[in-house]
Amino acid sequence: MSTDDVLYTTADETTAEEFDEILDDDVDPYSGSYETTEGRVYTVTGGDWDTITAAPEGEKDRIVVNMGPQHPSTHGVLRLILEIDGETVTEARCGIGYLHTGIEKNMEFRSFVQGVTYVTRMDYLTPMFNEVAYCLAVEKALGVTEQIPERASVIRVMMMELNRIASHLVALATGGMELGALTAMEFGFRERELVLDIFEMVSGLRMNHAYIRPGGVAQDLPVDGVQKIRDTIPLLRKRLKDTVDLLVDNTIWMGRTVGVGYLDLTGCMALGITGPILRATGLPHDLRKSQPYCGYENYEFDVCTETTNDVYGRFLIRINEMAQSLRIVEQCLDQIKPGPVMIEDKKIAWPAQLSIGSDGQGNSPEHIKEIMSESMEALIHHFKLVTEGFHVPAGQVYAPVESPKGELGCYLVSSGGTRPYRVHFRDPGFTALQAVGVMSEGSMIADVIAAVASIDPVMGGVDR
Amino acid sequence: MTESSVPAVPEGVRQLDIIGVRNGAFGASGSGDTSGFGGLVAPIVMPAPAIRPFGGWYDEISDEIELSLEARNLPAQEAIEKVVIYRDEITYHVRRDHLVAFVSALRDEPGLRFEMCLGVNGVHYPHETGRELHAVYPFLSITHNKRVRVEVSVPDADPHIPSIVAVYPTNDWHERETWDMFGIIFDGHPHLTRILMPDDWPGHPQRKDYPLGGIPVEYKGGTIPPPDQRRSYN
Amino acid sequence: MGIEESLPSGVILTTVEKVAGYVRKGSLWPATFGLACCAIEMMAAGGPRFDIARYGMEVFRASPRQADLMIVAGRVSQKMAPVLRQIYDQMPGPKWVIAMGVCASSGGMFNNYAIVQGVDHIVPVDIYLPGCPPRPEMLFDAILKLHQQIQDTKLGAQRRAEIVELETVALTAPTTLELKGLMR
Repeated sequence: MSTDDVLYTTADETTAEEFDEILDDDVDPYSGSYETTEGRVYTVTGGDWDTITAAPEGEKDRIVVNMGPQHPSTHGVLRLILEIDGETVTEARCGIGYLHTGIEKNMEFRSFVQGVTYVTRMDYLTPMFNEVAYCLAVEKALGVTEQIPERASVIRVMMMELNRIASHLVALATGGMELGALTAMEFGFRERELVLDIFEMVSGLRMNHAYIRPGGVAQDLPVDGVQKIRDTIPLLRKRLKDTVDLLVDNTIWMGRTVGVGYLDLTGCMALGITGPILRATGLPHDLRKSQPYCGYENYEFDVCTETTNDVYGRFLIRINEMAQSLRIVEQCLDQIKPGPVMIEDKKIAWPAQLSIGSDGQGNSPEHIKEIMSESMEALIHHFKLVTEGFHVPAGQVYAPVESPKGELGCYLVSSGGTRPYRVHFRDPGFTALQAVGVMSEGSMIADVIAAVASIDPVMGGVDR
Repeated sequence: MTESSVPAVPEGVRQLDIIGVRNGAFGASGSGDTSGFGGLVAPIVMPAPAIRPFGGWYDEISDEIELSLEARNLPAQEAIEKVVIYRDEITYHVRRDHLVAFVSALRDEPGLRFEMCLGVNGVHYPHETGRELHAVYPFLSITHNKRVRVEVSVPDADPHIPSIVAVYPTNDWHERETWDMFGIIFDGHPHLTRILMPDDWPGHPQRKDYPLGGIPVEYKGGTIPPPDQRRSYN
Repeated sequence: MGIEESLPSGVILTTVEKVAGYVRKGSLWPATFGLACCAIEMMAAGGPRFDIARYGMEVFRASPRQADLMIVAGRVSQKMAPVLRQIYDQMPGPKWVIAMGVCASSGGMFNNYAIVQGVDHIVPVDIYLPGCPPRPEMLFDAILKLHQQIQDTKLGAQRRAEIVELETVALTAPTTLELKGLMR
């Protein structure tokens, strides 16, 4: 297509002779030089600085450092292209797309329930939020939002808040590791294991659960589930205090984070950023309060804000949000009542509740007995429901949730069939990474790391 | 596919918004299916446009929008193609020439104050000739706690939409992603390049005419074709 | 019985191959190549509960030039594939690769345009570890199997013969399509 040629040019113009030369001369094939619209570009990979001859007269020499997609400090496969002048960054750009998985297109060929397993792997640190956003969108498109059982909503809130704690722990852990506080990483992962134990007990998996399905949740809590969660909460509170003692009011930590990554309210509004970054500017915007979903209006919790607009403020907000999440989980445990966890409408509800059998496999003996021995119609119905799936009326909906990183929105178009026509996730990390340039130009390379760590992007969600 | 499968619409009734026709209950044909479901023909009908008065807060917002557009010398009839209200969400279908003026009004008018644009994404309706590519912009007003959606439709032959990056800088990467995935060209975007696929990738993956691109899966003597080529329900 | 009986205490006899294998497996340093969800499980394996330091592997080297083992943890997209190959090339030998997770082993659930269907299209893999994501204990199982493999690797001329033999076996192995009759 002619439009493609105009908008981007090919990079490598190494000829066949030059390539043979490279292979003969023991030169790194990844280095070289070529002409671009902005002059000659030299790529060096180490030990070959002397291959760069002096720049022609009148040309400015710019050093562009590539903090490539494989890097211990860039929060995942993020490529930071930094133009530096000494230690100061004059221009910072992000290269993303190294984890693009085509999830959205893949979901167009899978039924709505199977979509949950895809969606859960987008932002892999907050799988519950992805699932809830998608299921809320599907339920909105179905028009059954009011019919979701209360127990399912309470379990959803509990899982989401526990996931919020887990996500913030990883944010602090990896942020700490990237800035050199390796103990913070160990603390973060240790606490996260407590939360993952709860997830494993409830859904069977530590990550990527596919637990929240359209219509409710896949599995009820186990018999001793509530008690086990109740026992974990004071332990979590005590352990979180370790991280607080280590980092809050720590001179070195504050030296690295106070005043770094400055982004005020105007910047956030212009860049469409929500979540802890927006709350660090002082605006108490939280979708759980302003546009509640899943029964959030029934819980008492505070919206944490700071006014410092910097990395330290966002860090404090994350710590406070974890404490608030524990409050919400306790209220969930108090408010949970026995009841169904799947919608009553048999045309939508996932059929069976699993339990562990004597052979260690998960099965649903009552349901199997019903469909295999008692009712042919039930068997057919189960078969159609699981293979074909339910039909969702044609239309488009948008369902937002407040994920630990900001507003996570699921845009769903259905064409009346059993598969989504189009699913798109508005991921908060994708939008927030645009702020890296604003936050870090003019500061040092180390501050770029701190700024990216405070944005807390998860590249699975950014690239989808 | 033929006109006879589309129900006739009497005068005075809202026009149905048909985006395609579903042929058969299964994606593949010639599979020996004797149920008869393979011969099913059904139109795919999207929710119909709404007629004034909409009811509730939709009227207030629409009045505000019309007033602000009048103040910018842009009659609402010209800018807004239709309004769709579905599942408590309101969507304004805006003509692309007036998109920038429309979103400027959304951002600047005190009664509207939609500070946040939550990105843009594309949808490809290959059977809606003349309007194949849609770009959808969700907006959020933190001040008034309201959400609206703006949708722009452009034909495949001329996939240009004016860029709103000057009004909402957050759309920078979102418009790049929509270009990358759908081929919608945003005029006025400072650097419209590929963002998710490699820079020299041909084609636009999320269009409906782009294959899913999987490979057949082999396992111990059996082969399963990739998801888009299997016999399946649609 | 043998020469061991008449040696003074504090001396052991072994083969050079065994010592080399023991030393190589004892401090196998992984290169950070965490991509997606499997990377988080790899980090959890490095965390306090599933301590990877007991195998001497807690130093995830950022620079591939100082690493022996590349654990490809996560889905490799088309854009990331050349980077993967470059990092592999920059590792000095002897080097090993574990494909962690189904996405690295075979493309996993993402059978589409964007994901390389198995990193063995790009780098030679020693251990394939299925799971989505594999638990840290499963990662340790893979690491221990790799340790066993490293321990048993020969040196010198025998190694050259071993390589030829492994390659012949791999080249003449039947494709999965030809393995009939196993689906029962």
